[in-house]
Order: sequence, then structure tokens, then C-alpha cells
Amino acid sequence: MKMSHNSSAKDDQASGSKKPISLPISRVRLIMKSSPDVSSINQDALFLTTKATELFVQHLALSSFNNGSGKETNTLSYSDLANTAQEADTFHFLTDILPKKILAQDYLNSLEQMQEEEGADY
Amino acid sequence: MAERPEDLNLPNAVITRIIKEALPDGVNVSKEARRAISQAASVFVLYATSCANNFAMKAKRKTLNAGDVLAAMEEMEFERFLEPLREALEVYKQGQKGKKVSEQKRKDKEKKVDTENNKSRDEEGEDDDERMEEEPEVENEAEEEEEVEN
Repeated sequence: MKMSHNSSAKDDQASGSKKPISLPISRVRLIMKSSPDVSSINQDALFLTTKATELFVQHLALSSFNNGSGKETNTLSYSDLANTAQEADTFHFLTDILPKKILAQDYLNSLEQMQEEEGADY
Repeated sequence: MAERPEDLNLPNAVITRIIKEALPDGVNVSKEARRAISQAASVFVLYATSCANNFAMKAKRKTLNAGDVLAAMEEMEFERFLEPLREALEVYKQGQKGKKVSEQKRKDKEKKVDTENNKSRDEEGEDDDERMEEEPEVENEAEEEEEVEN
């Protein structure tokens, strides 16, 4: 834990001073261009999309952590993300790639519960 | 363009660093969660691109511009990003202006940084590769775009 913290602080000093963004613009452009209707992208649009992606990653991680179950144990888990995708409107477009993952036993339990609570709907 | 599916992933080391910076100190992020966030980020790029492209098409433009991306953020209900994005773009444009003058200085500095980074390269190999290829390609794009617009 200590080690990784130190090295990330060092990275910030190396890249942070001059670099406004940390994600590679070239890779973001590749993803954008993989969309078939896109013919060309100007420099500012490319920069903005890259920056927006960074903000998005921060926002997704933080919202999931704050709404998640791992606050006491200081962890962010997959299920926190899946829940956020399901519950927050702005993250709804992620539901396909962040399907809820649960144990069969838990599923059966929750199914029973749901049936008890809202019988007719399920 | 993207020959392998991995080409559409964002570098894990960078994504992990951004996540760590966003969360309170000492939070553990599971490997699965990191991978999921990284995939979500790629999907976000595609979604934003598609929205922005719609705005460009409506305006009968072939080139996506900054306004299209900002409009896309609004459409996607990420209004909270608008202010920070505008600010970042402003800073970025300032930097671009001064870039030609300080080009040589920057290159010298990068060489230094590179050798410093060598030590941590094992840990962040993927990340460093990305950085190396980034600058020249971006400049080419800028030139292309200028021709189109003029």
C-alpha cells in the first residue's frame, strides 16, 4: 500500500506539471474513429473527449464508492459499480456492460424476498 | 484502424491512477472493478462520440468540434462536466499557442523525465508506451485538421 502510494505521487510530479490530461489522446482517437460515421475530429474535440473521459472515470468511481457497500471496509467492488449503473440515470447506458453479478444462492434468497414483498409483480 | 480488440481499451495503469486520485486515501479497488471502470470509460467515449457526431451531422459538418462534444455532454446529462471542460480547454489552448516556441525545451525535458521513468517502467509498462506514441500523432492530426478547415 505504501509503495504504490509513493509511486503515484511521483507520477503526478512528472506528468502533472506540464500535462493537462493523463489518458493517451491517440488511444481515445482510435476509439472515436472506430465509430463508423465519424470522419474527422478536430484537436479541441479530441482533447475535450479525453478530458471528459477522465472526469467520467472519477465521477463513476466516486459515486459508486459513496453509494456502495464498501465504505466501512474501504473497498470499491464490482457490485458497487453495477448498482450505480442500475440506479443512477446518467450511468444507465452502462447497464449492458455492467450487469449485476450475484451468487445463485443470493439470487434465490432475493427472489423469495421479492415474491413475499410484491407477490403479483413477479 | 483498430486491428485488435485490445486497441479499444484504455491503459490500465492510467485508469487505475485516475480512480485512486478520485477516491479517498487508502480505498481498495478490486481488480474486477478496475476492469469494469476501464470498459465503462471506453463505452463512454463511444457514446459521447456518437452524440457529438449527431450534432455535427445536424449542422452539416464533417469534422467534430469542441461545441459538438460539449453539446453531447449536455445531452448525456453530464452538465457537471461542462465547467471543468471549458476551463481545461482554455488552459490547453494557451498551452498550444506557446508550444512551438517551447518545443525544444519540452523535448529536452521529456528526455530527462523518460530516464527517470525508466525505474518504474516495469510497473507501468503499458502506460509509458502510450505516452511515447502520443505526441507526434496528435500533431499530425492538428495539421490535417487545419487544412480541412481552411
